[in-house]
Amino acid sequence: MDLSVKRESLDTMRVFDLAKMPLRDLNSALHAIAPGANDTNFEVVNPRGSHAVAVGIDQPVTVEVRGSVGYYCAGMNDGGAVTVHGSAGPGVAENMMSGTVVIEGDASQYAGATGRGGLLVIKGNAASRCGISMKGIDIVVQGNIGHMSAFMGQSGHLVVLGNAGDALGDSLYEAKLFVRGEVKSLGADCIEKELRPEHIEKLAELLEKAGITDVKPQEFKRYGSARTLYNFNIDNADAY
Amino acid sequence: MCGIVGLFLKDKSLEPQLGAMLSDMLVIMTDRGPDSAGIAIYGSPSKGRAKITVQSADPKQDFAGLDALLKPVDSSVSVELKSTHAVIETNADKASAVRDLLSQERPGIRVMGSGDSVEIYKEVGLPKDVVSRFGIRAMGGTHGIGHTRMATESAVTTLGAHPFSTGADQCLVHNGSLSNHNNLRRELVREGMTFETQNDSEVAAAYLTAEMAKGKDLGQALTSALDDLDGFFTFVVGTKSGFGVVRDPIACKPAVMAETDQYIAFGSEYRALVNLPGIEDARVWEPEPATVYFWDHEKAA
Repeated sequence: MDLSVKRESLDTMRVFDLAKMPLRDLNSALHAIAPGANDTNFEVVNPRGSHAVAVGIDQPVTVEVRGSVGYYCAGMNDGGAVTVHGSAGPGVAENMMSGTVVIEGDASQYAGATGRGGLLVIKGNAASRCGISMKGIDIVVQGNIGHMSAFMGQSGHLVVLGNAGDALGDSLYEAKLFVRGEVKSLGADCIEKELRPEHIEKLAELLEKAGITDVKPQEFKRYGSARTLYNFNIDNADAY
Repeated sequence: MCGIVGLFLKDKSLEPQLGAMLSDMLVIMTDRGPDSAGIAIYGSPSKGRAKITVQSADPKQDFAGLDALLKPVDSSVSVELKSTHAVIETNADKASAVRDLLSQERPGIRVMGSGDSVEIYKEVGLPKDVVSRFGIRAMGGTHGIGHTRMATESAVTTLGAHPFSTGADQCLVHNGSLSNHNNLRRELVREGMTFETQNDSEVAAAYLTAEMAKGKDLGQALTSALDDLDGFFTFVVGTKSGFGVVRDPIACKPAVMAETDQYIAFGSEYRALVNLPGIEDARVWEPEPATVYFWDHEKAA
């Protein structure tokens, strides 16, 4: 997928300067887009770490954010293509439904948390709890991820080109985790699993979507749930 | 929540602007905690002199004739009144005699901090009001830390505001909440530490002071804190020449750092850093969990 901005769309780009106008102007304009509208290209300048930039998008808009953002950027995104040309604070693309969010820099904790769909690409590192409680989102991190990532992940894919921190995939359900580098430690009930042809195929698709051409799917290890925590085991009664 | 900031200057030409830069950083963090605010500024120490920052709930009465009261103990004493605070400068060898006299004659006066270089100002209210009431913007210095508080573990009072100072030229700001502070306080009291409040963060400050009194440097004391403190914390700590940061292993409490040739800066959020010179080209990173970061002017020199 080509994520760069097309020339013709630049000509009709609507620019929001957050140093001069309130954030609500941007988000209201994004929410006012009617289905089928064609003025769907937005640029945000001077975000200066603002919270909640471009949240609640529900149309196929493109948003280019020129700088770093604070909490919850592109939260609840449903169909938009948001690119942050900088780093993102906690909770980027939280609860994404569909669409694409690309972070050119690093992302803070709980990136892509609870996401139900769409693709989140982080070109730098992601901090702790990346993909926590993910429910169908695909996340590709080109750097490393922090501890407790994919905690209780239910479905979707987390692809990490670098290393993972402590307790990866703790209490995991059916989210599929792929890590190319070292995993510092696995969380409870998370185990390494065989990388089968269908996984290689899925990895190739996700890497291509994220625009990554110099990495082979075979370089990854797959991690998933051992499924021993799914049901209450009477032998564990003493633990409660 | 709570918002914390810190700035450690490497470039001496920025030193006259330290107060203004730190004030701007703190004011941006106002919406992380509106209950009280405080700043510690480390100025250049003058040889043989000590500073004591004091506070009073009734400054009119407590600060009246302070100069004349202290002169017989140290004829070189100077008193600078700043709203509810006063900075008393004495010869270093007379500092404890001055403190003894203060506690005897003006029991309403509380010591906010003391040492060769630190001045500490804190009050209930918004950061913008607190920094203007004490004229922080006009102050120069080598490094400083600031805090804006959303109270959880103890009352909203001047003494419950951060920074907490429990040793000469030491101070600490905290975002988080400690769960073993009562136990730890009892142990520290047994070791001879004294406490002004029931606040959890004061216990963290006193813990570091006690560890450093045993001969540890700031970095070693922060490393021990990771074993002995239970709860959530992001700490920013200042000493006479040093500046340290540590987060608990869970690292829920946010933290962003930036470094250029001119400074090392800390903010609860990136927003706090955006007005710093050259931030566009700074190395910006999130401090790792359970990892001690510290810098020292003396060791760097």
